[in-house]
Amino acid sequence: MRTNLETAIGADKLRRVAIDPISRVEGHGKITLLLDDRNQVHQVRLHIVEFRGFEKFIQGRPYWEVPVMVQRLCGICPVSHHLAASKALDMIVGAHRLTPTAEKLRRLMHYGQILQSHALHFYYLCTPDLLFGFDCEASRRNIVEIAAQYPETAKKGVLIRRFGQEVIRHTAGKRIHGTGSVPGGVNKSLTIAERDALLADIYQIVQWSREAVALVKALHARQPALYNSFGAVRAKTMSLVGVGGEMDLYHGWLRGRDENGAILFDGVDYADYGTLIEEQVKPWTYMKFPYLKSFGPETGWYRVGPLSRVQNCDAIATPLAEIERREFVDYAGGTPSQAPLDYHWARMIEMLCAAETIKDLLHDDDVLGSELTVSGTRAEEGVGVIEAPRGTLIHHYRVDENDLVSTCNLIVSTTHNNQAMNESVREVARRYLHGREITEPLLNHLEVAVRAFDPCLSCATHALGKMPLIVELVDADGNTVSSLRRD
Amino acid sequence: MPMATPSAACGATEAAAAPLLVIGIGNPSRGDDALGPACIDALEAAVLPPAVELLTEFQLQVEHVLDLARCSRVVFVDASIACASPFSFDTIEADMRVTPLSHALSPAELLGVYRRVQGAAPPPARLLAIRGFEFELGSPLSSLARANLEAAVRFLMTRLPDTKVSALG
Repeated sequence: MRTNLETAIGADKLRRVAIDPISRVEGHGKITLLLDDRNQVHQVRLHIVEFRGFEKFIQGRPYWEVPVMVQRLCGICPVSHHLAASKALDMIVGAHRLTPTAEKLRRLMHYGQILQSHALHFYYLCTPDLLFGFDCEASRRNIVEIAAQYPETAKKGVLIRRFGQEVIRHTAGKRIHGTGSVPGGVNKSLTIAERDALLADIYQIVQWSREAVALVKALHARQPALYNSFGAVRAKTMSLVGVGGEMDLYHGWLRGRDENGAILFDGVDYADYGTLIEEQVKPWTYMKFPYLKSFGPETGWYRVGPLSRVQNCDAIATPLAEIERREFVDYAGGTPSQAPLDYHWARMIEMLCAAETIKDLLHDDDVLGSELTVSGTRAEEGVGVIEAPRGTLIHHYRVDENDLVSTCNLIVSTTHNNQAMNESVREVARRYLHGREITEPLLNHLEVAVRAFDPCLSCATHALGKMPLIVELVDADGNTVSSLRRD
Repeated sequence: MPMATPSAACGATEAAAAPLLVIGIGNPSRGDDALGPACIDALEAAVLPPAVELLTEFQLQVEHVLDLARCSRVVFVDASIACASPFSFDTIEADMRVTPLSHALSPAELLGVYRRVQGAAPPPARLLAIRGFEFELGSPLSSLARANLEAAVRFLMTRLPDTKVSALG
């Protein structure tokens, strides 16, 4: 068996198993396995059909339309695109320092997005695996079963989601397609009534977020060997950190660490991301593979998202989340955790951080202010980077003399994690599937590894009937031996 | 711990009367996926009874349970490549079995989440599925889809003035 499992020798003699698309993952994700007649695994690939047409969709539009239009890229984290685009266009309009009101309202919007996104993933997408076990029959691995067995958990998930949406609605103006953030600032502040409505609930949300961290720690303690090793692969990390090294999901500079936690780069202006990162194309997938230029494509891949951010920063500014961060780091024992299941723990620490940050911002009268926008010397190029729920999100635009976007480049979180997800899936295949009869619970192990990263793709087209789940077993001659389909 | 009552900020106590809710689902920038939002746009331009509320969403999420909780009945409007032209209008029941494929829920799955989370039957629900054909980013509604939309809106308007359950049955 080849150790890297990316490309098999003699693939035409092997039988193929495809899981297409991966359940509870956005868009068209597919895992393919090539097995020999003794069920030995020779090749494992996670294929993600990344939508690349969006840059073209944006080109030619007036730049001020962009923060609204980019929200149509994704129905799951539109606010992240809204804000990353706004930050890039701040540079175009010469707004290098926003007013305190604008900066804090954008932060409020962003942490509302983090809160609701992390709540959805934890309470509804991953807890079926974590609470019932990976081997549990598929019919029980769903949110309905969660609600039946743990009704309070399911209700909290709904209410935290809704609170996050309300934060977004009050700061962006609408539940979807908001217009709150504009190049150079924001177009509205909070009214006293809006602030007070959010304040009425935030303390409960903070408490529930603390309980979510406690729950994920309890799950971890129940099976530490599994959590510490499942799908674990050594990876470099990258994220924004604040200028003081603290966790900052809205703004900062780029920091990277190696597999042992040593700093690789720090204090890098994110406008210079092109000096750090290059994207590789592989013949078997449309999705690109970003890597750190200084290491090359073979070893330069890295991991982004909650697991990277919680370990990449020096501290978290909010007290309750900082206590949890310290416990997480201490548990890892001085070296970075490389375990995908620790994404869940890190994600809940971030959810607690988001809740506390929202509380602090709601007590800051700047969010009621009236100085909303600034502008300066017009520029032709702007880069905006934000830590979206799933990881680092890069928006890069050039705008011509007619105010039309001439170039657009996006690198989304799931693309950064492409190689890391592939490596974790291969590790799981090696450990759990190699030489064994393939069963649905075993295939679910592969999906558990992918879901830990919470990948999200171009997901806003959802017309009824367009998202079938297909599992195919194909023999060495390419004949479909069996298949299952669910619309 | 006891479950706190959702406050106004969580959106559960905003309306005294229980309205009929029409939810249009879809992405306005992806061709015929815009059929749901376009239907809501058409209804917004019409004179509707006060007991009808309209909502546009990219996709259904678990928190929409709270929107349903204050409604007497709900109509989901969505593009479909499965139904026959111009549209179908069917009762939907809570799906208690299906594992969600993604971050989003189907209308039937949302009703299933409602039943479990709220501990009660969801409001009576119908799905107005409008046949779409092309879903490319940046494309407008196709001409065939636009014709289907007009037919669907005309049909729905005849059902909305009387918001009793029987009117939608």
